[in-house]
Amino acid sequence: MPGSPLSTFNFARHQRELAALSAFAILLVLTGIVSPSFFDPANLRDLAVANAPVLIVAVGMTLVILAGQIDISVGSQFAVCSMLAGSLANTGIPVPLLVLLVPVAGGLLGALNGAFVAKLRMPSIVVTLAMMVVLRDALRWITEGAWVQGMPSGFQWFGAGQATGQVLIVIVALVVLFGIRWALNNLGAGRTVYAVGSDSEAARLAGVSPQQVVWVVFMLVGALTGLAALLNSVRFNSIPSNSGLGLELKAIAAVVVGGTAITGGRGSLIGTLIGTALLGTVGTALTYLGVNPFWEKAIQGGIILLALLSDILFSRMTSASIGLRREGAR
Amino acid sequence: MPEYALLKACNIIKSYAGVQALKGASFELHAGEVHALIGENGAGKSTLIKIMTGAVDVDGGDLFLDGQLVVANSPQHARQLGIAAIYQQPALFPELSVAENIAFGIERKGLWSRIDWHGRRDRAIELLKQMGARISPEALAGELSMPEQQLVEIARSLGAEAKVLIMDEPTASLPEQDTQNLFRVIRELRDRGVGIIYISHRLEELALIADRVTVLRDGQTIDTRLMKDVDRGELIHLMVGRELSDVFPKREVQMGDVVLEIRNLSSRRAGINNVNLTVRAGEIIGLAGLVGSGRTELARTIFGLTPADEGEIRINGRPVVIGSPAEAIRHGIAYVPEDRRRHGVVLDLPISHNITLASLNGLAKFGALDFKREREIAVDFVNRLEVKTPSTYKPASTLSGGNQQKVALSRWLATEPGILILDEPTQGIDVGAKAEIHKLMCDLAAGGMAILMISSEMPEVMGMSDRIAVMHDGTVLEVLSRSEATQQKLLSLALGDNLGAQASLPA
Repeated sequence: MPGSPLSTFNFARHQRELAALSAFAILLVLTGIVSPSFFDPANLRDLAVANAPVLIVAVGMTLVILAGQIDISVGSQFAVCSMLAGSLANTGIPVPLLVLLVPVAGGLLGALNGAFVAKLRMPSIVVTLAMMVVLRDALRWITEGAWVQGMPSGFQWFGAGQATGQVLIVIVALVVLFGIRWALNNLGAGRTVYAVGSDSEAARLAGVSPQQVVWVVFMLVGALTGLAALLNSVRFNSIPSNSGLGLELKAIAAVVVGGTAITGGRGSLIGTLIGTALLGTVGTALTYLGVNPFWEKAIQGGIILLALLSDILFSRMTSASIGLRREGAR
Repeated sequence: MPEYALLKACNIIKSYAGVQALKGASFELHAGEVHALIGENGAGKSTLIKIMTGAVDVDGGDLFLDGQLVVANSPQHARQLGIAAIYQQPALFPELSVAENIAFGIERKGLWSRIDWHGRRDRAIELLKQMGARISPEALAGELSMPEQQLVEIARSLGAEAKVLIMDEPTASLPEQDTQNLFRVIRELRDRGVGIIYISHRLEELALIADRVTVLRDGQTIDTRLMKDVDRGELIHLMVGRELSDVFPKREVQMGDVVLEIRNLSSRRAGINNVNLTVRAGEIIGLAGLVGSGRTELARTIFGLTPADEGEIRINGRPVVIGSPAEAIRHGIAYVPEDRRRHGVVLDLPISHNITLASLNGLAKFGALDFKREREIAVDFVNRLEVKTPSTYKPASTLSGGNQQKVALSRWLATEPGILILDEPTQGIDVGAKAEIHKLMCDLAAGGMAILMISSEMPEVMGMSDRIAVMHDGTVLEVLSRSEATQQKLLSLALGDNLGAQASLPA
């Protein structure tokens, strides 16, 4: 746990992160043996850049899931923010302003989700399902399927050139991850996210406002999705109107594989980093291993099931040793 | 009245997580009698009937029906044997119609047989008519008022054509007219040879309806009497009975100024009505009353969980408005809730995080949490309250009940409150931990804290309190000083005896 000296590092508590890390290591070693060219710097760089936006969304998703909620509208939010970024770039507004506006727009979409869930107490899966469909179809209607193209050169890689731009994207993603990890561990607000996700009523009795926490995490996932969309858009010279399809599944899968409990209250962003890396690498690694890439999705699904299975087995083991806990809950 | 034992429970033993609820209770029900079962809160009545209905497993002792030993009891098995029960809180399916709810309890057809809708409806109408209830069988159960739901529940149990019918406080939410109807139906059933177990806190009712009465106390059967041979005072004496066997470490403390003053406080949502109460620094006030009398609701109102809509709360003489727990905490109020396993601690969080959860603001150094201080605070409380754990990093779920309660207490002591509200602080914890918590309460009071303690345990209330406020029906009926209070007096007040007398006595 945060702040605890290294000597008290609790292997049991980080069991899920370690399991995902081991799986990732095995994948890397295996691929490295069969096909050393996988470790070609260019390949690793491409993998990192392609997965950086997913990582940022997964960080936001971790917050939402830790607080005991879910947001399946991030893919649609991502599409809206991507189109917005391209369209704004084409109006010629200064890039720094753009960098500010797109995450704010995402934050507003998230705040809308949060308002429905926190204030009106609607179930988040339904609210964000509706939001997913509404945003996606509104976008289709407005753009009529057209792509945004011809963005000014100052927009591509933020005008910094491909090499620098790529490094920038990866650095931003890591700064976001470690910054939010720090906040989650070191700010009182971060602590309340865990408390609300673990037992909302107990948190309320301790003077925390669960509604406020829930609203803020939805706002954050929106803002982070906006940021991810922006970073993704500058990589290409055209932005498809259907970008971000299936992103919600990628993000949720990364969070779950990283050891965060889908029921909230338990998990870590380091786990999410490992989960994103594992799931984001599998596809490419399979190609290097000579496996038909059609297997990618099936293997990703298998990894998710395995992760959940290990969670259940593990909690059986611990609850057997604790004994009283479930008994008391009756 | 045929005099053979229809249902017989012998030496029933049951404990929950180490706490003995029943220590060899026995009970005998004849066919064709109404047998009242009474006792204080926690005497074991509910546990005993749950064992009869198969809702909980028995640890020891035997249950006989018609002279046959009942083995492997379960709700389904009990129903097949002809034991039906209605509980205090109606347990209907809110989305289903009244007729369906009634049918659910009584139809014995297979899962694949076709539903006879007309038959269902007619049966429901007939049963409701027996009860004198004017409720449409098509109405959804969730749309009915509480008393109406209770009537449907009763109609369902009538339809079950049980040999043994258990009624747990059936009149708690019934208006007078319906109560009369219920009594008429109970008598008809009795005359048909049904054995009825009737649980009620309204002693005056028992004289009207019961043939015999059995008194439970501390998980044991005290006595079974003919109802016509006992009077009210005798029953109360049997229920209370014991001397103060536990020793309480209560000491006299120099009292300070009034810290908390409540004037005409009402909260419609919480069912709190015109409450007056004062608590001084260094004083422990016991809040006594039956379950449902509004004690917890009063605490939740003071703590801002169900904000008051009328009246005034003054803290240190200044009127304050408390609209949320966060505001209550700012005013120095702490509330350790009942049912700590669910809400007193956050099970997944480590002990240290649980202890600091309500005082995170005080823990920040330049905005960030100061882990060193957090650890110091946690270790300090763990040592002071003797929480038994190898490390403050262990999740709260690894602790025993008593130790969880100490962590819950620590969380609130860490906020350095002026007013501490404890809701059943020692419920379900072992004797050793209990004594430690009592001692801690005295130390806190000696340090000038104002303490409001809710407890259903009469010896605890009498042993720990400087004054005792007795609640009934959402209001404080009377405040007794330590010397005035006797168990008899408290219980008879809690049962609502002095209604119409002076409403409250602010000290």
